[in-house]
This record gives sequence, C-alpha cells and structure tokens, in this order.
Amino acid sequence: MSGNRVYLKGNEALAYGALEAGLNAYFAYPITPSSEIPETLAKEFGNKKYPEYKFFLQAASELEAINMVIGAAGGGARAMTATSSPGFSLKQEGLSYAACMEIPLLIADICRAGPGLGNLGPEQSDYFQATKGGGHGNYRLIVLAPATVQEMALLPRLGFDLAFKYRNPTLILGDAFTGQLKEDVVFPELTTEHYDVSDWATTGAKGRAPHVLNSLELDYQKHFKHIGKIYEKYERAQANEVRFEEYRTEDAETVIVAFGIASRIAKGAVNRLRSKGVKVGLFRPITLWPFPQSQLRTLASQGRRFLVVELNTGQMVEDVKLAVGTGVTVDFVGKWGGTVPTEAEIESKIRRLEVVAV
Amino acid sequence: MTQVAYTVKLGKLNSLTNTPTHYCAGCEHGTLTRLIAAAVDGLGIREKTVMIDSVGCSVLAFNYFNFDHIVAAHGRAPAVAAGLKRVHPELTVFSVQGDGDAASIGLLELIYAAKRSTPITIFLVNNAIYGMTGGQMAPTTLEGQVTTTTPFGRNVHMTGTELDVSKLVSTIDGAAYVKRASLAIQEISSQRGKVYTIKNILDAKKSVENAFKAQALGGFAFVELLSTCSINWKMPVLDAKRFVYDKIVKKYPLGLYKDTFGLEKQ
Repeated sequence: MSGNRVYLKGNEALAYGALEAGLNAYFAYPITPSSEIPETLAKEFGNKKYPEYKFFLQAASELEAINMVIGAAGGGARAMTATSSPGFSLKQEGLSYAACMEIPLLIADICRAGPGLGNLGPEQSDYFQATKGGGHGNYRLIVLAPATVQEMALLPRLGFDLAFKYRNPTLILGDAFTGQLKEDVVFPELTTEHYDVSDWATTGAKGRAPHVLNSLELDYQKHFKHIGKIYEKYERAQANEVRFEEYRTEDAETVIVAFGIASRIAKGAVNRLRSKGVKVGLFRPITLWPFPQSQLRTLASQGRRFLVVELNTGQMVEDVKLAVGTGVTVDFVGKWGGTVPTEAEIESKIRRLEVVAV
Repeated sequence: MTQVAYTVKLGKLNSLTNTPTHYCAGCEHGTLTRLIAAAVDGLGIREKTVMIDSVGCSVLAFNYFNFDHIVAAHGRAPAVAAGLKRVHPELTVFSVQGDGDAASIGLLELIYAAKRSTPITIFLVNNAIYGMTGGQMAPTTLEGQVTTTTPFGRNVHMTGTELDVSKLVSTIDGAAYVKRASLAIQEISSQRGKVYTIKNILDAKKSVENAFKAQALGGFAFVELLSTCSINWKMPVLDAKRFVYDKIVKKYPLGLYKDTFGLEKQ
C-alpha cells in the first residue's frame, strides 16, 4: 500500500491507515455510515502484508466491542474499534473506564445526524460528546478531526502514537461525508513506533509485581491524586499536541473556524471571497482536544473577527468564544439534519459581518 | 446453637497476596479465592494468569490475588477477558462474576463468550441476590424470596421466573465445561448427631481445576458456585448454609452440565 496513489473511500482509508500503523486487533460492530471500516479490516485479516494484524472479530454489541478493545489494549496491543453516533453513545461507558485505567486505544466515530437514530447524513453533532469527556467522570479523549480522505489514512498512526504516549483513548472524529467520500490517497512509508508497555500491560506477573488496571479507588484522597495525575498528563498534551491548519489568515479580517468536512466548504468560500478582494481566511483545528485555544486567542488579539461553521446547532463555537474571550465578534453558521452548508451561505454571512463591522 | 469445630491447615499459596479479604462472615467468596489460588498454584500457571475483576463482591479481588488484573465495568468481564485472551493466547484469563453481573447486566457478554468458544474461564458466584449493592433481587432470586427490591417476596408473574444460568450456558454449542457446584458446608446427620461436611467444597475445588484445564484445552469453561449471603438474606450463617441445601439446590441442582473434554472422568 505504501508509496502508491490509491483511490479510496474515507472509511477504507482509515482502515488501511490503521493497518499501516501496526494495528494488532480490531473489534467490530456494524453501523452506517462507518461499516466500510470493519468490512475492509475483515477482508484484510490474514493478509501477510500486515503481520502485526493478529485478530478481527465482529462483536455482539457496541459495548462488547469496546470492552474487548479494553481487554486487548490492556494487554498492550494496538487495538481499535469504530462506530457512528448512536453507537458512540454506547461506547462512552468503556471510554470512561479506559481513560481512568489509562489504557491506550483508538476509536473512530463517523458522525451521522442525531439525536436518537437521526439519519445517515453527515453531522458534527458529536463534538460535545467527543471533546468534553462524553462518559461519566473527569477525563478527556484526545480527538483528531480529519478533513480529507488523505487525513483519514494518516490520523490512525497519530492516534495510536498519542494514545500510547499519553496512555489515553484517542478518538478520530469523522463524519458521514469524510467516511463515504472517495479521493486519492498516498500512504507514506511508516515504521511502527513501538511504545514500551512493559511497566503496565497485563501480560502475566512473571518476575515482577502484578500490574493492576483499575478504575476503582475507594480511598477519596488516593482517587483525588490519581485523577490529578491524569490531568497533569492532559496539561502536557495541551502544551505539546495541538495541531491545526491556517489558510490565508495572514491578513484576514475575518477568520472562519471550521473542522472536518465543514472546513473544506469553508475553504471554498474563502477562495470565492478572496477572488472578490475580501480579506478572509480559515483556521482549521485538527486536534479538537486539545483545542487550539492560544492560537485562536493570538488571532483575536490581532483584531480579527470570527465565523464558526459547523454541521450542528453550535458546539465548537462555545470553545471558540472561550478561547477568544469577550469583546470579540464570533458569529456562527450551522447546518444540521444530515446536510451541509453551501459556499454561498458562508459567503453571504461574511458579507453581513463586513457590513456590521463597517 | 450448633458448634462447628474443625481445623484446616492452610499453607502459603504464591497466588495469594496475604491481604485479609473484606468478605462478610460466612460468605464463601473467601473459600473460592482459596480454591482458585490453589488450582493456579497447582497448575504452575500463576505468572501467566490474568484475572478480570468484575463488579460485585469480587471487585476487590485485585487486592487478594497475586496476578495481573484488569477491573472491568459491570457485566463486561467476559468481553474484556476475550479481548485480552485473543491477543495473548498464551495467558490463562478468568473472571469471578456475581449473579447480578453475569446473569443480568452482563448476560450478553457471557453468552457470546461461550458461543464463540472463547478460551476463558468464568466462575459465577450465585448467592441469589445482589450482594455488593445491599441485597436487591437478582435474576437468580428464588420465587417468594424477600430482597430489598422484592420486600413482599419475589413475584415471578411480574419479574419472571428464576434464571438457571448453568442450564442456559450448557445449551450453547461453544461451551466446553459447565458445572454447578456449591461452596457451602452442608449439615448432615451422623452417628455423632448433626455434623457439617465439606464434600461439596472439595467437589468445587475439582471443578475449579477442571475449569482451568478446559481453558488450556481451548474451551470455554463455566462453573457456577452456589454461595450464601447471610448478611443480605438476613439469616444467621448456619441457617444460610442450610438454606442452600433446603431451597437453592432444589431450583439449581448441583452437577455436571457439560464436559466436552471428559475432564471429570480423569
């Protein structure tokens, strides 16, 4: 796969990206629009090109799948599952336990419209659930947001690396659009980075004290300390792992903030407006958590206006407002229900902002 | 009041940490802890054994067993065990679950682990009640039995009849070894009057060993162990032991339900 240019669906690219990143075990549960991920990984199971890929199983439920991932990852394996929004709600239990037990695992949510069954169209309405913890208790997921099929192929590697580096679950938050879209992809040559798991993985207590992966701590002071330690880790991630893309922001008076598929439509709007002499740019968070807070604050301090574009009723916009502080214009274009905004809609909103500003 | 007088010499087991258990007086969890440790020591597999702790009275087992542990969410122990076993087939992976954990919230995880012949071992401690949460109705609670959520006795027309987990698991093709044993001492009549026998505990010991052997042979092993919960049954300890043999075994008969590898004959 590596080196060649191939034409793949986003979900297929994500699956191959995981294989290229040294996936050991995949635990599946089908749900539209994410099912090409397990389908691809079922097809490639046993392919000698991926000697590290040891196990594929379709579980009986979303809960069973995420708990199997916990078991495999607890043993130090690079284990993964994927789902879509209704299934992502069911994953929250396992993610809460994994975060507390500091088990590194990778999960993808190919977000569709909600709430409830919603529909099979793209939304980004799992942003809150993805970035604020999602399950019970104090924890975060590291959240990566691909905007292209190429990124769907590359982010599993980064996802596993960050998961093992911080011993925390990592989420790839895609959407029905990036999952189903077909584009050209090039897989770079990768050598799997093997993180040392020997000081925590449950591989049998041979010649050492037992390893206990546990989220139960009945001593309040000890639990206070344990969660404090996890949050120190999160502070390190916030300082070191923020990733984003800026597009034509140098002299932009208005900066569009958008991630995933929304950022690509926004990029089109930026190009349309630039051709008409409007100074507008795009800021695209790639890590939704840690969120690029200080980068947005810097842009705000330079007197920029902001327009947040999302496929939901307004979720990331809250984080943008928190980042830039008061006295900064932050407007919002939202589209939900399984559809996407047009470049023209974004353009007309920016035109109105221009008028207000004048 | 009947006097119970017996001495058992307990040697040091490498599989135990020597931490005193938190189990209530009269509870058989401690007995099972000992039987598991003895079996693992006997088979010489301690360094390759990982326990998946379940939610219920056995959740603090990581304090008592000198193994690696993963503490699973309520009901999910068989799934966590399966995930670990599939990437580390060289390990012996087992869990001790309660009847609430395995037969109610985690029934799917249990059934599918068996259905796929997952080579793991599950010990189900059936005390017919939710012990850890304070004595609520379990799927195994007997008809008419008083619990905190069936204060007038379990009404089977409303809550369904008792779930016979061993019978259920034994109907699944993938299960290799299914056995119901008892961890409670049993009162019997003898020439000296009423005495207590540990014959069922010795049978349970054999079942525990067989359950690990079945896993080593690649099978899914399930042993249900009848136990008492005198605290939540609100009975003196010896009355609780009697209740097992007067009432519980009538609904949940002891015996071998499945033995694909013929382990009981060896």
